[in-house]
Amino acid sequence: MSEKAVTTQQAAPKLRKDMTKWEWTLREMKVNKVGYFMVAPYYIVFMLFTIVPVFVSLFLSLTQFNMLETPVFVGVDNYIRLLLDDDVFLLAVENTLIFATMTGPVSYLLSLMFAWFINELTPKIRAVVTLIFYAPSISGQVYLIWQTLFSSDQYGWVNGTLMKLGIINSPILWFQDTDYIMTLCIVVALWTSLGTSFLSFIAGFQVVDKSLYEAASVDGVKNRWQELWYVTLPVMKNQMMFGAIMAITQSFGFGTIVTALCGFPSVDYCAHTIMHHLEDYGNQRWEVGYASAIATILFAIMIGSNLLVNKLLSKVGK
Amino acid sequence: MMMKLPKIKRRSFNRSVGGDIGINLMLIIFGAFMFLPMIYAVSQSLKPLDELWMFPPRFFVMNPTLKNFKELFRLMSESWVPFSRYIFNTAFVSVAGTFGHLFLASMAAYAMTKINFPGRKGMFQLVYYSLMFNSTVTALSNFIIMSALGWIDTYWSLIVPAFGYTLGFYLMRQFMETTVPDSVLESARLDGAKELTIYWKIVMPMVKPAWLTLIVYSFQGLWNSGTSIYIYSEQLKTFNYAIQQVLAGGITRSGASAAATVIMMIVPVAVFVVTQSNIIETMASSGMKD
Repeated sequence: MSEKAVTTQQAAPKLRKDMTKWEWTLREMKVNKVGYFMVAPYYIVFMLFTIVPVFVSLFLSLTQFNMLETPVFVGVDNYIRLLLDDDVFLLAVENTLIFATMTGPVSYLLSLMFAWFINELTPKIRAVVTLIFYAPSISGQVYLIWQTLFSSDQYGWVNGTLMKLGIINSPILWFQDTDYIMTLCIVVALWTSLGTSFLSFIAGFQVVDKSLYEAASVDGVKNRWQELWYVTLPVMKNQMMFGAIMAITQSFGFGTIVTALCGFPSVDYCAHTIMHHLEDYGNQRWEVGYASAIATILFAIMIGSNLLVNKLLSKVGK
Repeated sequence: MMMKLPKIKRRSFNRSVGGDIGINLMLIIFGAFMFLPMIYAVSQSLKPLDELWMFPPRFFVMNPTLKNFKELFRLMSESWVPFSRYIFNTAFVSVAGTFGHLFLASMAAYAMTKINFPGRKGMFQLVYYSLMFNSTVTALSNFIIMSALGWIDTYWSLIVPAFGYTLGFYLMRQFMETTVPDSVLESARLDGAKELTIYWKIVMPMVKPAWLTLIVYSFQGLWNSGTSIYIYSEQLKTFNYAIQQVLAGGITRSGASAAATVIMMIVPVAVFVVTQSNIIETMASSGMKD
């Protein structure tokens, strides 16, 4: 049998339709094995530090573990404790969802809107305006300047100005007052949020074939809104998918900004997010099993919301 | 004047004057919201002490001075680890991490787009899904993996994970798929060129915007990354950490910390200014095709 296969291969390359799926795959693997060698170095590192940790954390979430003793298997105890006995966790989930829904979609729409506006400018001005909008997202900890602007004493610019104008009599403790913390943190998060998705949209607008606009104008497209809706956005659909993923993933990662602005824990846990809860149990109390359960839930929320939005976006224009 | 007229008319088809005004107004208002805090940061760093503690506070500096920057460098030179060590650490980690990432990711991206080995679609899907969660989720497990490897408190813990950075690989792969034509590779293969040679000699020069983008992203990531939880030794900590110590110094150092903020901000912004057009070109192919 194998002898026959060899002879036919020498005579004429065997066609795909003559082989079983397995034979074909095996042949392809052999012919292209250099591909595996070239992918391997990157892929091993990627697996080790991005994919394997997800499974490690899934496994540890079913144990009790303090980094020193061997993990003890406890089943779903950690999850039960989280959902039924941990009031702070439920507060953290609520805050995280508020934070993500306020920053994710708004940042996405702002990115799209400003990329669209900027596209109407001449190239040189476009480059400058792009820089102005993009700069806050790459400038390290420059968001701390908001703490200076909203400083809790009279030397903070906002307090000082409001006092000078006679609107308030004593300084407001902006980042300690539960009435303002969430709003301020969301504003600052939005300020730093025009990042990768914004650049991706700017590029998307630039590569739209200009002749499409002329054709659309002949077909009766009358104003820029119709042009955006009927011509530009359908062409940019792939960019919009990518931008959505970037915006959603980012919207769950603003915990660092909250910590930097309001300290940890925030007053009355009013800006406490799942990320803070995770850090609290993971890095401070070393309850690794419990922290892993928190991480697993956060993972599920992130993936779930991304897949949901992906599904919704793929329906646009169908 | 007369010469300009036709041009204006062509530019503004499907455009109303009212819309143009509205758009520019929005750009100015939000542009101010984005830009003024940055200006304020610069203005703060140039203020002498008496202006920093003035009531009512002024937005703009009146008598600009570089005293705060001098104070910052004085403070940093006082630390018991020589300041040059922090700079060396940052440079070493950034360069090693960035170039390792560039070579491994672009080689993998080439193989995944241009060599037809079975399983490559599934492998890419996994990378795509990994864009959907951030490192918060994996931080704790990564710590455990690092200690299992014995890399805690070594340069490895900072450099090697940067090799596997996902977004850089994703952008490189998308860019290669849309810009590198298969026909060029086919003729090189017929001439007997090895895959590694094709990747290095033919494809890499074609994807310059993508690798510049990779370098910028990787550098920004390493530059902006705060204190690493894997590093304990003072001698292994980075410039960023040293600056954060100054920032954390509180009120008495407010002038110096304003200067520190500006330094942390200027470097990535300058890098972006130089590479902007290449990054935008790379982003043009960032879309996800399903």
